[in-house]
Amino acid sequence: MTPVLEVRAVTKRFPGVRALDAVDMAVLPGEVHALVGENGAGKSTLIKVLTGVYQADDGEVLYRGERVSFARPLDAQRAGISTIYQEVNLVPLMSVARNLFLGREPRTRFGLLDIGRMNRDAAETLGRYGIDVDVTRPLRSTSLGTQQMVALARAVAIDAKVLVMDEPTSSLEPREVRTLFDVVRRLRDQGLAVVYVSHRLDELYELCQRVTVLRDGRVVHTGPLEGLERLALVSHMLGRDIGRVRREGLTGFTGEHAATANDTPVLRVEGLTKRHQLHDVSFDVRAGEVTGLGGLLGSGRSETAKAIVGALPLDSGSVSVDGRRLRRPSPAAAIRAGIALLPEDRKAEGIIPDLSVRENIVLAAMPRLARAGIVTRARQDAIVEMFMTRLRIKAAGPEQRVAELSGGNQQKVLLARWLCLHPKVLLLDEPTRGIDVGAKAEVQKLVDELAAQGLAVVLISSDLEELVEGADRVVVLRAGAVAGELVGDEVTEDAIVATLVAP
Amino acid sequence: MTTLAAPARARYVQDYGVYAAVLALLLFNALFTDNFLDLTNLRTQLVQVAPVVIVALGMALVIGSEGIDLSVGSVMALAAAVIPLYLGSGMWVAIAMALLAGAAAGALNGTLVAVVNLQPIVATLALLVAGRGIALVLADGQLKQIRNPDLLALGRDQVAGLPVVVWIAILLALMVGAVVHRTTYGRQLVAVGGNRAAAHLAGLPVRRVLIVTYVLCGVFAALAGVLATARLTASDPSAIGNLMELSAITAVVVGGTPLTGGRIRVLGTVAGALLMQLLRATLIKHDLPDSTAQLVQAAIILVAVYVARQRRTR
Repeated sequence: MTPVLEVRAVTKRFPGVRALDAVDMAVLPGEVHALVGENGAGKSTLIKVLTGVYQADDGEVLYRGERVSFARPLDAQRAGISTIYQEVNLVPLMSVARNLFLGREPRTRFGLLDIGRMNRDAAETLGRYGIDVDVTRPLRSTSLGTQQMVALARAVAIDAKVLVMDEPTSSLEPREVRTLFDVVRRLRDQGLAVVYVSHRLDELYELCQRVTVLRDGRVVHTGPLEGLERLALVSHMLGRDIGRVRREGLTGFTGEHAATANDTPVLRVEGLTKRHQLHDVSFDVRAGEVTGLGGLLGSGRSETAKAIVGALPLDSGSVSVDGRRLRRPSPAAAIRAGIALLPEDRKAEGIIPDLSVRENIVLAAMPRLARAGIVTRARQDAIVEMFMTRLRIKAAGPEQRVAELSGGNQQKVLLARWLCLHPKVLLLDEPTRGIDVGAKAEVQKLVDELAAQGLAVVLISSDLEELVEGADRVVVLRAGAVAGELVGDEVTEDAIVATLVAP
Repeated sequence: MTTLAAPARARYVQDYGVYAAVLALLLFNALFTDNFLDLTNLRTQLVQVAPVVIVALGMALVIGSEGIDLSVGSVMALAAAVIPLYLGSGMWVAIAMALLAGAAAGALNGTLVAVVNLQPIVATLALLVAGRGIALVLADGQLKQIRNPDLLALGRDQVAGLPVVVWIAILLALMVGAVVHRTTYGRQLVAVGGNRAAAHLAGLPVRRVLIVTYVLCGVFAALAGVLATARLTASDPSAIGNLMELSAITAVVVGGTPLTGGRIRVLGTVAGALLMQLLRATLIKHDLPDSTAQLVQAAIILVAVYVARQRRTR
């Protein structure tokens, strides 16, 4: 069978990175093709090349056997490639029917909208997909599942040949997922080709026939999904040679801290629950120990960290430090209790770009360093100087704007911000992502030292090697729930991956 | 300046351009305008610019928090309307009540922005419309002559050769400068404006900082309303503070404070207000029509915003 959509040796470069490196992929009519990979693997870039958001630097895109180059998304859509994004891209304030017929509304003889006919047709179309909804209601007032279905129905109505679905189920109820899958299967049987992106392995195995795995911009595996072990799929995604785990890694970690570890937990997390995101997440963190949080993208690691510091409102659950439960959770309360979080997104949630290195470091500690609300520079300068030396922050001086620093140095500034509060618990969300090798090893060494000094550290990392080398125990999360906990010698890449995919 | 890279040059222009422009205008007038450097004339210019400076200082704080306050003109009217109601109990009581009205207006704005999470432009638009309405209701829609000698003195008296009004503006500018640079509140304000999510995660009292900021802006606007009333020797809620929000925003932006927040230039704001005042005076003295003055002002605002934009794209 000839592929309806095919990319050949497509390369896409961005300043400093090669997001796609000679990628080949072929999507056949009548199949659901899974596209998987970890963060930064190039999935989004590939989708954007397919749908005309980006243009390939090298290689070619073939659609129905002909070489094409879509200048903009609209061209791809007109040609029959429809995209359903995570966030539904429809008009929330217009009615369901209007959305379904947007741009091709039925007209009366006088050129006016034939609203009666539009509503009747819309109800009938959606009814065929098993959706019973008042089509005159604004789309916004319907459930996310319905919105997805409207997007789907719209894609089909405009006679799409290829449907690209980017994590369509991330905010759906299980029942809505069922309906969605039924519809996708029906479309597949009608000969539509579907490119399906998701991190949920269960969904992939349930819905997809073939899979393409991307890692670091390259295709590392492609083939039928049936018969492919979950373990093998995950190891392709993570790039780990299962069964041959190297104990001596490239990381700056030195080993265990069990000697200094204390048995009573400093941080106790109980039953964190948040609809669609976390399900009864519980674990303990002890002083003098590095507790790793493992899991695939979207497994709830960052959400757990955010919830612990009160930055993610919870439906239920509790966090206690030294046996005292945090009431009215908020970042300020968590800091008072001695919990600090180094957030994953350094730019969006970490640095204050226009402020100096000094002010970024003392940001959280400022009230403690002030007298009667007046900033005392002498105290600030002493602390800033100490941390700049200790963490080897490379800057022109404490008054340099933090935005002008390299990623690794910005990360150290943020670490200093938390360390000068003398926290009891330090949560590190991807502390070494996007920083250079030298800074990475320094940060890892620092984590080791801090644990040795008796701090309780929680380390979140997508880098399995970092997790295995750095953590004394690893709590593995899957789909927002704890899938298992590994302690001491059990902490191996094999064991983590096995826990990730265990049924 | 040829050695500077383009972004650095843009930053330089944004930071110091306003002072250069003020100096250039003064120089121009010294050479080409008769009697411009007369003490009387300079004093008039300063008296006229003082209320704008006071309002703009509050506006600079709000803009630094990544917000905007459209209600300042209406709050001036509100303060003006409150004064006659309490003048019977003496000037200080009347001023205190007027400032309290400003604080209440600011607290409302701040709550809408920080707690209800409305966009600042929408939140303060409500009071822009409603504030003057309330003021007119309070004043029965009428202009009221001020006869309280204390208040009239406040608008007329001079200390060490400068009108009291001007001294108040100078003191406030120094005070705001100290608050922004030397207090935890000031630094937290700049941090909240620079990156609200990061400030929240760092445990900063984001809501409190925002509410305090809008309250300060409201109080400053009310004070400007009081002083304008004293100068005018009448409480005129229908006219006082009209379009003041635009003058204040202009002063702040021309003074080099970016609308995107995270940076507050106090001295720049004062210079920005001075620049616009001098510009208008210069054009009037050279018998150019008001419409020309407006066009020139518009051009200067565009330049200021353009320079700020260039810097951000670095």
